[in-house]
Amino acid sequence: MRVLLVDDEKELVSTLAERLSFRGIDAEWTVSAADALKLLETQSFDIAVLDVKLPKISGLQLKKKMQEKYPAMKFIFMTGHGSEEDFNAGAAETGADYYLVKPVKIEALIEKMNEVLQK
Amino acid sequence: MDIIAETSLRFFGKMSASISHEIKNALAVMNENAGLLEDFTFMAEKGMPMDPERVKVLAEKIMQQIQRADGIIKNMNRFAHSADEAVKSVDVGDMSDFVARLYGRIASGKGVTIKTKPPAIRITITTAPFLLENLMGLCIDFALNSVGSGKTLDIITEEAENGACIRFSPLGNLSAGVTDIFPSEREKSLMNELKARIIIDAGALTLNLPKKQ
Repeated sequence: MRVLLVDDEKELVSTLAERLSFRGIDAEWTVSAADALKLLETQSFDIAVLDVKLPKISGLQLKKKMQEKYPAMKFIFMTGHGSEEDFNAGAAETGADYYLVKPVKIEALIEKMNEVLQK
Repeated sequence: MDIIAETSLRFFGKMSASISHEIKNALAVMNENAGLLEDFTFMAEKGMPMDPERVKVLAEKIMQQIQRADGIIKNMNRFAHSADEAVKSVDVGDMSDFVARLYGRIASGKGVTIKTKPPAIRITITTAPFLLENLMGLCIDFALNSVGSGKTLDIITEEAENGACIRFSPLGNLSAGVTDIFPSEREKSLMNELKARIIIDAGALTLNLPKKQ
């Protein structure tokens, strides 16, 4: 499984990538939507884990752009929202079915990634 | 509900949501660093040597996030208490800096950096602190939408003839007729309450505040 993590919290994504690698998951990370799109030009991923609120463009908008180029790619969102209402409003428009609320338990993330890939 | 009450409630909600989001991010980073420490201990139990320097760095990173969360909560507490007194003496430069800090994450989401410049001397005015924070926030919202991604929004506080002025610049290219929609009724109601004026010209929004409300 190859995973791309995108979140403007560098400490969060870099550490999460390292922890995933300990569990046999190949994870790359970036802190911006622009870097993520650039990375996709040279590398392929099975799944992207995106922060909902990225600088400049939202995670939901980034998903749309990625999906246009790579229709088979799967997505999971991480949200810092305490409630689900905000997320659901945007998710309804872009079809973001899978998300986890920060702070995320790594076992829950892996379980969600497996679930998404099996669909 | 009158327009000021509605505006205030909306502002309080917006700031609370932004602050809680920031705290969540600090907690998420702590969660990963603590998780990595836990991973190291599991590996050590299986005979893999643990690098003390790496553990030290992780502990320091957790401490940094605790400091970050503490700073966010201090801001939240100050913001909550700004509604304690209806009218009081306020340091305008300090308040500009505080409201800019509250808006840091919102600005970052739009790709904008906020930079504040305090006045050469301390300027105090007698005003309604919460309503002034609200009006400054609405001015920042307007400026963030016009300054453009990748830019810096400067907030400069200066002494004025009968009080203080806060300048938000640059504004970027304003569409024709923008002054017909800003200030809107929302801002006008706060301006009226605070006896403040908003002037938009030469790529800047200037908020003029009287010495006494």
